Amino acid sequence: MAHLVEVKNLQKHFGKLEVLNGINFSVDKGDVITIIGSSGSGKSTLLRCINLLEVPDGGEILVNQEDILNGSLDVNQYRAKVGMVFQSFNLFNNMNVLKNCMIGQMIVLKRSREESEKKALDLLQRVGMGDFVHSIPAQLSGGQRQRVAIARALCMDPEILLFDEPTSALDPEMVGGVLEVMKELAKSGLTMLIVTHEMAFARDVSSRVIFMDKGVIAEEGSPQQLFYHPQNPRTKEFLSRFSG
Amino acid sequence: MFASAAQIAVKYWPMFWAGIKVTLLIALTGTVLGLLIGLVVGSIRAVTSKKEPRDSTLSRVLKKLVYFLTSVYVEFFRGTPMIVQGVFLFYGLRPYFDWTPTVAGIFVISINTGAYMAEILRSGIQSVDVGQTEAARSIGMTPGQTMFHVVLPQAIKNAFPAIGNEFVVNIKDSSVLNAISLTELYFQSMKIAGTIFDFTSTMLVTSLIYLVLTFTTTRILRLIEIRMNQAPSSFPASQTVPEASITITQKGVG
Repeated sequence: MAHLVEVKNLQKHFGKLEVLNGINFSVDKGDVITIIGSSGSGKSTLLRCINLLEVPDGGEILVNQEDILNGSLDVNQYRAKVGMVFQSFNLFNNMNVLKNCMIGQMIVLKRSREESEKKALDLLQRVGMGDFVHSIPAQLSGGQRQRVAIARALCMDPEILLFDEPTSALDPEMVGGVLEVMKELAKSGLTMLIVTHEMAFARDVSSRVIFMDKGVIAEEGSPQQLFYHPQNPRTKEFLSRFSG
Repeated sequence: MFASAAQIAVKYWPMFWAGIKVTLLIALTGTVLGLLIGLVVGSIRAVTSKKEPRDSTLSRVLKKLVYFLTSVYVEFFRGTPMIVQGVFLFYGLRPYFDWTPTVAGIFVISINTGAYMAEILRSGIQSVDVGQTEAARSIGMTPGQTMFHVVLPQAIKNAFPAIGNEFVVNIKDSSVLNAISLTELYFQSMKIAGTIFDFTSTMLVTSLIYLVLTFTTTRILRLIEIRMNQAPSSFPASQTVPEASITITQKGVG
């Protein structure tokens, strides 16, 4: 079966700094893949390349067997299908919660106002933010903002949702609510690619875990394999700091 | 001097009042039209000054060219006195459209303010967190949609104090347009002063009128700013005035 996303020999450098040095992996529909590894190992850059927020310097990214690095791709239509949840939420500060979830549907997907609003309300309800539709981002806590950001991404009916350290900027007591939402999404069959430092979450939710080190995938496998029987010495060293 | 100033104010009030009306008309329309010019030019400058990773060679060259052209506009109108621009454009363009000093005055002050507004808005745009743009792009908005729906509304709000300041500056600086016989407040005052040959007392009245106009305007703008910050759809006050948007707003004293 063809993969939903297939990354082949991906390269990216910023100046002289090699950030991604030949990344190969694939994502199938329904996969929940977590990417772990220390800061600076290239995890976020990898996600940003898949969303084309960064342009890779070499290699291929095939999505539905189409090379997205090919110049003829309609980037905006592509991005609408690949949702992104950011570490710093990035809700639109000039719009309330409901409008945040409607704007993309209306101007990118050309849905009607009524349809967009219905969808936004449904999904805000689903992430537990149904009571805050008229609030503005500045009035919400970090955890609430991140749940709205997830709803905003879901409103676009993405084929895959990318999470870039979604809980790293949150107070410890806010993390749980966001992870609950993500767990529920994983159960519903959404394809997700998650960069995270939440090891217990990675172990419990992932179908596959990728450990990145210095711009390469050092080890990849099921959560069981990777967390309980790591092969690579770097993986062992990294995981020894977590007693999850 | 004060006694005669009071007499002058009373006796020549209709002439002063006519001048005040022209001054306010010119300053207000100049600021509004200048803001519109600034929105367009400032957005263009913000977009063209930034390299996008996926730009083709052609769009890179085009961006450089457009940025250069807008720079010429901004530098020319910020780097030369408005009195010179006024005389140059009024007489220079008169063979093509036979315009009145009022129309020419509005044109000159708008295009001059536009240059300042362009820089105010460009820095306002650049002060908006890059995460806002990334989020907009990540749900598929085009650069233009991102600018219009997400970045500009925040940039205008951030830059509001600087935008308002342009209006205050224009109330004062429109006085230089007396050089093209625009019958604004200073022009009227000189006419009065010349008639009675008392420049000191007349200008005392004129100064006080300008002061009342600018002081009132400043207070009104301040009230609007406070209201904007209290409105439910707004940011905490600490975010509304990024330093970057204030530093470039001072025109030279006209």
